[in-house]
Amino acid sequence: MTASTHHRAASPRTEQIILFRTSNQIFAISSASVQEVRSVDSLAGSAAELSDSTVKKVRHVLRRTDRTLYVVNSAIHFGLRPSPASLVFLLRRSRAALLVDGIEKMTTMTRLQSLPPAFCNEERLWYRGLTVLDQNVIPVVNPFGFLTDNELAQLDAITTPVTPEASPATNQAGLSR
Amino acid sequence: MSLSGQLDSRSCVLLRLGDRRFALIADQVVELVSPSRVFRFPHRTSELDGVILRRGRVVPVCDISERLTGKRMGSRRFYLISSRPTGVAGDSIAVPVSGDCELIHADLTPAGSHDSPYVAAWLSHNGEVIEVLNLSALTPAIPEAAPSKAETPMPEVRA
Repeated sequence: MTASTHHRAASPRTEQIILFRTSNQIFAISSASVQEVRSVDSLAGSAAELSDSTVKKVRHVLRRTDRTLYVVNSAIHFGLRPSPASLVFLLRRSRAALLVDGIEKMTTMTRLQSLPPAFCNEERLWYRGLTVLDQNVIPVVNPFGFLTDNELAQLDAITTPVTPEASPATNQAGLSR
Repeated sequence: MSLSGQLDSRSCVLLRLGDRRFALIADQVVELVSPSRVFRFPHRTSELDGVILRRGRVVPVCDISERLTGKRMGSRRFYLISSRPTGVAGDSIAVPVSGDCELIHADLTPAGSHDSPYVAAWLSHNGEVIEVLNLSALTPAIPEAAPSKAETPMPEVRA
C-alpha cells in the first residue's frame, strides 16, 4: 500500500487511519505514516535475524536500498501476549517496521483527543492520542514511538546500518522520500 | 487545593469506599455516573484501570479505594468524575465509588503537617470525622515541573 500523502481529503479536519490488531487489541495508525504493508512471508528472503539483539521486541532487520529497518514486534512493544504476526508495516520516515497480526479496516477519524494527563509513563511516547470510533476508544499510535534513541543505538551497535551516504535518494534525516 | 490556615465552610460530596467514608470538595465534582464500559488499552500507569467515555470525552479511571482502604471496589460501582487542579484544561478523573454519595455543607479543619498528602482537610459529620481528599495526591499525573508533550496543545487532527 502506498499512502496518498498528496491526496486532499474531502473534509479538512479528518485523517485516514488504519485499524490494526495485535494480540486481540485494536490500535490505529495514520495511513500517511505507513509506506508499505507486506506479508510476513514476503519478507522471508530479505529479513536478517538478529540473534544477539538486546532489544527483545526486535528480532529481525530489513535492509532496504536506502535504510535499515528494525522489525518491532508490536505485541512485545505494548506488553501484550505475543501472537503470530501476519503483516509488516514499513513506516515512513522511521527506522522501524511493525509486526502486526492483521488489519481490521481503513477508516477516517475526525477527532484526536490527547492522552489524559493521568497517563504519565511510556504510553505518552507510544500514542499520539485517543480517538472514538463507533463508541469505542482506540489508541492512535505514534509511528516514531516504537524505538527510542537508546534502543536504536543498541541495535546499530550489532548491525551495520545503511548510512545516508550510501544512497543518493535520501533526505536530511537519512530516510527515503 | 490549599486549605491550610483556614476554617472554611464548604459544600462537600461524601463518598463511600468499602466501609469507609471520604469527602471531596463539591466544586471539584463534575458528576456521578452509573456503571459504564471501561475501555482498556496497553499502558504503564499501573494506578489506572482504563478509560470511560462520557459525552464524547475520554476520562481515565483510577481506583483509589485500594490505597485508602486496602481493598479494590467490587464490580458494581458508580464513577464520581472529578476535575483535578493540575493546570491542564479539562483534566478530570473518574473514581469508582459505591454510589451512595451525599452532598453536605460542613466546616473544614485544615490538614496538619503530619497528615498524609492526600488529606486536604477534615470535616465532622454525624459524629464521624471524615478525610477530605486531595485527588491530585492520590492519582497519577505528569509532573508539573517537567514540560512534556501533553502540556503543549496536540493537533487535534491534521488536514
